[in-house]
Amino acid sequence: MNLIFRNKKISGLLTVLPKNEIKFEDEMDNYNFTVAQSLKLKKIMGYGSHRIVESGVTISDLCVYGLNYLFDQKLLKKEDIDAIVLVTQSPDYILPPTSNVIQGKLGLKKDMICLDINQGCAGYEIGLFQSFMLLDQPDINKVVLLNADVLSQKVSKRDRSNNPLIGDAASVTILEKSETDLTIYANIKMDGTAFDTVIIPAGGFKTPSSPATAEMTEDAEGNFRSLDQLCANGDKIFNFVQREVPPMIESLLEKAGITKDDVDYFMFHQPNKFTLTKLADKLQVPHEKVPSNILEFFGNSNGVSVPTSISFNLGDRLTKESLLICLAGFGVGLTWASLLLRMEYLSFNEIIYF
Amino acid sequence: MKQKIIDILKEIRPEFDFTEKTDFIEQGMLDSFDIVSLVSSLDEEFGISIDGLDILPENFSGIESIIALLKKNGVK
Repeated sequence: MNLIFRNKKISGLLTVLPKNEIKFEDEMDNYNFTVAQSLKLKKIMGYGSHRIVESGVTISDLCVYGLNYLFDQKLLKKEDIDAIVLVTQSPDYILPPTSNVIQGKLGLKKDMICLDINQGCAGYEIGLFQSFMLLDQPDINKVVLLNADVLSQKVSKRDRSNNPLIGDAASVTILEKSETDLTIYANIKMDGTAFDTVIIPAGGFKTPSSPATAEMTEDAEGNFRSLDQLCANGDKIFNFVQREVPPMIESLLEKAGITKDDVDYFMFHQPNKFTLTKLADKLQVPHEKVPSNILEFFGNSNGVSVPTSISFNLGDRLTKESLLICLAGFGVGLTWASLLLRMEYLSFNEIIYF
Repeated sequence: MKQKIIDILKEIRPEFDFTEKTDFIEQGMLDSFDIVSLVSSLDEEFGISIDGLDILPENFSGIESIIALLKKNGVK
């Protein structure tokens, strides 16, 4: 499905990362690899260190910390926020929505909208879509998009497929109406028949958590995990990404009437370096235009990986320059989505640590 | 080409004999992480980038299938 948005812009971006950093080497003994295998995979997959919240820290803590920083720095006024869109798969509670919790903790006005969206790897793109749609309303002038996840708490330490790459993070994106006539092109597809490709099988209403779902079992590749923990089928995800993402990007650029050379950066979701290198090769785009270093420095934080990559790799440049950027997210759902937009002269684009 | 492939496979999983005519995947000689390592080494050794769509277990089930994969991806 193709989408078009007009007269909207991103005016600021803040990424909040946990101070707690765990290095790949410190956890190697948990995995069913030889040291040589581990070190080779570290290089190929881009494992490095990942940022994990301390026990008890929730997404509302990260989001409130980030928003209070913006209030204190006078980069955002409380009274200007007309909507909060929160994209997460690790809410504070099953109910109420965590966006309401954040609104309450910050003492924001009541005349506003708070929305939670359950999405992961394509969560930044979906959050932008929803935020842009809200901005079509005459009374909504500023939307705060929050992407946040602390899924490390749902990953087995003995799961070599998922534990080395998981990261916790939050991002705050400010979206506003724009006077410019720049068009934002986007597209999205979903395939719910493969819903179990990335899944936490227990803990919802379908299979409530119990002593049985907490039992650790070994899979065919030597990973130990329980039904209460994240299970991602790496092979299936890789094949899905290589099959679906290149044609999605080609279609997006064709719709916008531009070439790959016109795009300054392809800011993609960050599952691992190997997947991103193969994507760049398939798209015939120089590797330096497709940053793949977020897993190495921070971990894969699902829907926060794209904003983390923008903050880390572009930083101050986006406060001084105008860049044409292609964003793409792909994974849980299955969902895959992309956007082409000009990001320019942001009020802020930085990383802070919680 | 064949000997180079065998050398790379030996480096990844030294405990197996990859000269035997057997299915490397069915016999558990290569898992998905081994395939990632293998692709990376083959890319480097032969100066190519194996198409992501070709990274399927069946293309790594034996020496002959790996040779066919390399030829498909431009190795002469």
